[in-house]
Amino acid sequence: MIPMNMVTPPPELAAISALQSKLVAALRPILPEHALLWEPEDTIPYECDGLAAYRRMPLAVALPETEEQVAQILKICYSMQIPVVPRGSGTGLSGGAMPLSQGLVLSLAKLKKIISIDPFTRTAVVQPGVRNLAISEAVAHLGLYYAPDPSSQIACSIGGNVNENSGGVHCLKYGLTLHNVLRVRGILMNGEIVEFGGLAPDAPGLDLLAIMMGSEGMLAVVTEVTVKLVAKPKLARVIMASFDDIEKGGNAVAAIIAAGIIPAGLEMMDKATTRAVEEFVHAGYDLDAAAILLCESDGTPEEVAEEIERMTKVLEEAGASGIQISKDEGERLKFWSGRKNAFPAAGRLAPDYYCMDGTIPRRHIATLLKRIQGMEEKYGLGCLNVFHAGDGNMHPLILFNGADQEEWHRAEEFGTEILEACVELGGTITGEHGVGIEKINSMCVQFGEGERESFWGVKSAFDPEKLLNPDKAIPTLSRCAEYGRMRISGGQLPHPELERF
Amino acid sequence: MSHSHPQINAFQEQILNAAKNKTLLSIKGGGTKSWYGNPNSHTKLDTRTYSGILEYQPEELVITACAGTPLKEIEAALKEKNQVLAFEPPHFGEKATFGGAIAAGLAGPGRITVGNFRDFVLGARIIDGKGQDLSFGGKVMKNVAGYDVSRLLPGSLGTLALLLEASVKVLPKPAATATLRCQISQEKALKILNEWAGQPLPLSASCWIGSTTGGDGELTFRLAGAAAAVKAAIPLMSSLVMATEVNPETAEHFWNDLREQYLSAFANLGADQTLYRLALPAACGPLTITGASDEIVLEWHGQQRWITAPGNEATFKAIKAIANSHGGHATRFRQGANVDPSNQRFTLLSEQTHSFALEAVQERLRSAFDPAGVFATKRLP
Repeated sequence: MIPMNMVTPPPELAAISALQSKLVAALRPILPEHALLWEPEDTIPYECDGLAAYRRMPLAVALPETEEQVAQILKICYSMQIPVVPRGSGTGLSGGAMPLSQGLVLSLAKLKKIISIDPFTRTAVVQPGVRNLAISEAVAHLGLYYAPDPSSQIACSIGGNVNENSGGVHCLKYGLTLHNVLRVRGILMNGEIVEFGGLAPDAPGLDLLAIMMGSEGMLAVVTEVTVKLVAKPKLARVIMASFDDIEKGGNAVAAIIAAGIIPAGLEMMDKATTRAVEEFVHAGYDLDAAAILLCESDGTPEEVAEEIERMTKVLEEAGASGIQISKDEGERLKFWSGRKNAFPAAGRLAPDYYCMDGTIPRRHIATLLKRIQGMEEKYGLGCLNVFHAGDGNMHPLILFNGADQEEWHRAEEFGTEILEACVELGGTITGEHGVGIEKINSMCVQFGEGERESFWGVKSAFDPEKLLNPDKAIPTLSRCAEYGRMRISGGQLPHPELERF
Repeated sequence: MSHSHPQINAFQEQILNAAKNKTLLSIKGGGTKSWYGNPNSHTKLDTRTYSGILEYQPEELVITACAGTPLKEIEAALKEKNQVLAFEPPHFGEKATFGGAIAAGLAGPGRITVGNFRDFVLGARIIDGKGQDLSFGGKVMKNVAGYDVSRLLPGSLGTLALLLEASVKVLPKPAATATLRCQISQEKALKILNEWAGQPLPLSASCWIGSTTGGDGELTFRLAGAAAAVKAAIPLMSSLVMATEVNPETAEHFWNDLREQYLSAFANLGADQTLYRLALPAACGPLTITGASDEIVLEWHGQQRWITAPGNEATFKAIKAIANSHGGHATRFRQGANVDPSNQRFTLLSEQTHSFALEAVQERLRSAFDPAGVFATKRLP
């Protein structure tokens, strides 16, 4: 992968400084003093999001407090033709909120009010900066919750969730952000306020709400979201099953689904992960197991009892070497604690870890894991594998030392090879973290020129001047040509023979 | 997936010729929904020459098929593995195709619980107006690589691109179902259905049929889920509304007849009448519509309502205004024989607050896929 500074050479500092002065002067009249940052010591926290390996300083950072201010900021930037990078909580893992050196970072973090909650219609209207978990907390007393629960739900915002179409451990049964958002209010780059979807089951015209989901802040700036709330299940129980062979574990996942069961959660961890997390959380995991499967059932007590019995039978038939069923809520949370702490546990094993996000058809889980084992040797780096097995979304955590540039380079190459394997196995390079800046080259592998050109067409339909987060998610033709040359010169073809679907 | 097929070349040729000659193409499958949407009597592009299930692995919960595949063939293949299209798309005729069902984007009784057709689309292969063979999305549940173009196709009525193939998520057939029925007023029905929907109960579908002028109507509701959950919910829910269980065979016919609009409330549409579809928020209570026929049908806990009323412009205008004021929209779904076929069937984006600017976005989006306007039939405005 090419270092960033070779892709976008830094323009003359003088020119940047002149542009910065112009922008700050234009924005000052419409924002309170504390809501506009441009001194390097104030803007440095915004130089990257959750993907810290990719950094860049913006011209300025605006932190509007009202929708009206957001609209004015966009109008001003539009008239000055200055690009805008929207930002939520900054927890994104693909660099989707990485600044542009000649652009503004538009933080929506201060728009964090829950505007209304309606238990009768099971909806809540929230501003984009509201944290995912804060919604569920605010409606818990009504017996309701907001279903998508990405691992970062304590910190990540609903505006960010819309832009990444976030999932979580329960999305197999309860769906992604797409399935749980009814309406998005947003502002186009030219400052026009628009509403996508609505409270009715459908809206006139093409389904533009669907295309807003996962659009990585490139189509409109989200200012308000109406989410669907669902009834909190009365009970949840989880089965922890051990397998002495990773393939058996993978097959057990397929067997559960084939038996007509949609578990509330279906997660898998490999041996390396189990060992790492056990040391961290002491959940009593089977350290000899090649794979551990967590399979959750939720609903009424009758429903859960029936489902747990069916799941247990399938897991036993699939060759589980050990099965434990959570006896109470405390034990359920204990079983989950390891899975939920896989990332910090990885952080204890190596100075840095690089989290991948490919998705593959469930039946290829074991195949991919075996390939990753081979890659560990090839690149001389360890890898922990945790994944949302139910929907085939893998999160390999590549362990490396970021202080060593050469090691980071190897980690990147390792990651790229995993993503290409995902595409080859009929999957995708990103299940829920987004393409951002990180996987933009892999987009050249997954999609052909015609598709990429269509993506630019979609982008232009919303933002004809290409000013809203313009360098993310969709690679340019020349970038893909360059990437292709580089991969070939590195001795590896970018798999032109692959089926793209 | 992107294997070549002589029929695909034929489609590409037809599209490129239309672009060259500046003519429009009306995409059609079995023609079972040709009455739906604005009139489109242009040169036909028949998808049925491209038919067949391409991939179906029950444990992946995904089926991939060609647009011209008969919908009943898909449903039969799923039935064999005890799986279903959970949103229950209506067929409106024996010859309904997979592609036609997607283009119409309509859903049946289960929609209120499981979601719309677009919620289930995972990927699509299309030919755009430039004749390009393109694939978007994929066959996996979670996929955020690139914009979600495949989800623009459901409900697009052939105005964006030609759908060649689609991958759609399927679900296991619920382990148990039960249907209950009671007499209850529209107001009370709307109230209790929304209350139930906010509780951990296996409520899966509902239909209230009654008079617009008030009084009790007939509420039919369906429970689906784990056998134990359904069994436990029956006495609990039926005691609240004095409902009795409908025998399974009668129930299956009822839900089918509702979805296919065979029920008496839909039959015998008068020559000057129009069947209006209203899509409304959950908060919308009973509506009074002047000039409407007495019998109305409410589905999706009141979020989809069917009203028969005169087909003239003034009536549609009034109905649109009512729907709009509640945050919904209205459609001229079916028109009687004497009603002007050139009528605009849909609520326009420009008629709704805050979607005005989206009209230009939508226009640019369509021309990005179809610069020559081959599919610009305006069947969906």
